Amino acid sequence: MSGQTVKITIDGSVVEAREGLTILQAAGEAGIYIPHLCYHKDLLPGGHCRVCTVKVNGKPINACTMVVGGGMVIENDTAELNDLRKSIIEMLFVEGNHICPGCEKSGNCELQALAYRFGMMSPRYPYLFPAKQVDGSHPNVYIDRNRCILCGRCVRSSQEKDHKRVFGFEDRGIQMRLAVDSERQLAETDLAAADKAASYCPTGSLVVKRVGWKMPVGTRKYDKEPIGSDIAGRRK
Amino acid sequence: MGKVKVATTAMTSCFGCHMSILDIDERLLDLIELVEFDKSPIDDIKEFTGPVDVGIIEGGVSNDENLEVIRSFRKHCKILISIGECAIEGGIPAMRNAVPLKECLEEAYLKGPTVYNPKGRIPDDPDIPMLMNKVYPVHEVVKVDYFMPGCPPPADQIWAVLTALLTGKPIELPYEFIKKD
Repeated sequence: MSGQTVKITIDGSVVEAREGLTILQAAGEAGIYIPHLCYHKDLLPGGHCRVCTVKVNGKPINACTMVVGGGMVIENDTAELNDLRKSIIEMLFVEGNHICPGCEKSGNCELQALAYRFGMMSPRYPYLFPAKQVDGSHPNVYIDRNRCILCGRCVRSSQEKDHKRVFGFEDRGIQMRLAVDSERQLAETDLAAADKAASYCPTGSLVVKRVGWKMPVGTRKYDKEPIGSDIAGRRK
Repeated sequence: MGKVKVATTAMTSCFGCHMSILDIDERLLDLIELVEFDKSPIDDIKEFTGPVDVGIIEGGVSNDENLEVIRSFRKHCKILISIGECAIEGGIPAMRNAVPLKECLEEAYLKGPTVYNPKGRIPDDPDIPMLMNKVYPVHEVVKVDYFMPGCPPPADQIWAVLTALLTGKPIELPYEFIKKD
C-alpha cells in the first residue's frame, strides 16, 4: 500500500480512498455501508455471496474483491441493487431451513439482519425444504447444515487464523454442502472449541455448544439497530 | 360507515399469534369500537356469516381441513394477512418437511421411546384431518396481501397494522417491530 489516495464517487459523494483498498473497505472507512454477507473484515474476501454487488461505471461487480481506481463512479444504495440484494437473501432463505424461532443465533444472525434491513416480509420464491445433515459429534461445536449459506467463512478462517484445513465444500450447485476434513464427522477432525473458525459463522450453522440463548431478547446485536448502522455512524 | 368485519383463524400453529392479538390489552376496547369479528376463535363463530373485510391467518397449511379453511378465507375476505412465522414460512411444524410423512407417523405412534400403543395402529379415523406430505406457507396455497412477521409478532406491530388498515393510512413499522422470532 503506497499511502496515496484516489478519488472515487459513491452514490454522488466524492470519497478519498486509500490506494490498494477494495471498494468495500474504502466505503467502510468513509462511513458508507455496502451490504455484505460472506465478507468479514478479518478474512480475505471470498466473493461468494454477491450481496455486496455495486455498479462501477454502470457494470455490476463485487465490492469486496474489486480494488479502488481513480475516477470510479459507483452506485451502491439504489432501488435496483437493493432489490437484487434482497432477492439473494430470499434465495438463501428458501434454499435452506432457516427456522428463526428455533435458532439460538436469532438476533445475532447476519442473514436474518439483512432480511430485516431489506424489509423481507416473505420470500418471492417457493420454499424448497431440503433434507440437510446435522453433525453433533464434536464435544464442543456442532454443524447444522440446515442453516448453512455456503459463505465459506469457516473454510477461510480455519486456514487463515487457525492454520488448519478443517472445512471445505463438496459437490456443486444446489447439492453443494459444507464438508469436514475427515471420512465421516466433525469429531474426527482436529477442530478445537477455541479455534477462530467456530466464531466467524454469520448464521447458526457452526455453533459452539452450551453458549446459546444467553442474551435476553432486546439486547442482541440486531434487535434495535439495523446491520450496518455502526459503519454508517462513522460518516462525517 | 359500518364496522369493519374481521375474521381470524389458527391452523398449524401454537395459537401464540392469537395470544399476541389479545396482548394489545386495553386497546382491545378501542378495537372493538372499530371492528366486528366474524369467524374467529375470539368469538367462537365457526362458519363465515358473509363477506369479510380483513382475514388474519395464523399457522401453515398441513392437512385437508387447513386447506378447506384457507380457501374459504380467500373466498370470503377482501384482504388476507399472514400473521407469524408458521403462516409465512411453515415455521416449527415445517421442520418435519425433510422427513417422509410415514416416518413421522411411525415415530409418533409406533417407534418413539415413550409410545404406549398395544394395538400398533396409527390413528386413521375419517374425522381426523388427513395430513399432507408437507407443511406449506399460506401464500404458496392462496394469494396473501400482507405479512406480519414475528414469533409471535409483538402486540404493538399488530396494533400498528390494524389501525393503519382500519383508518386507511399507510402502514409504518419501526425497525424493532419486525422480527422473525
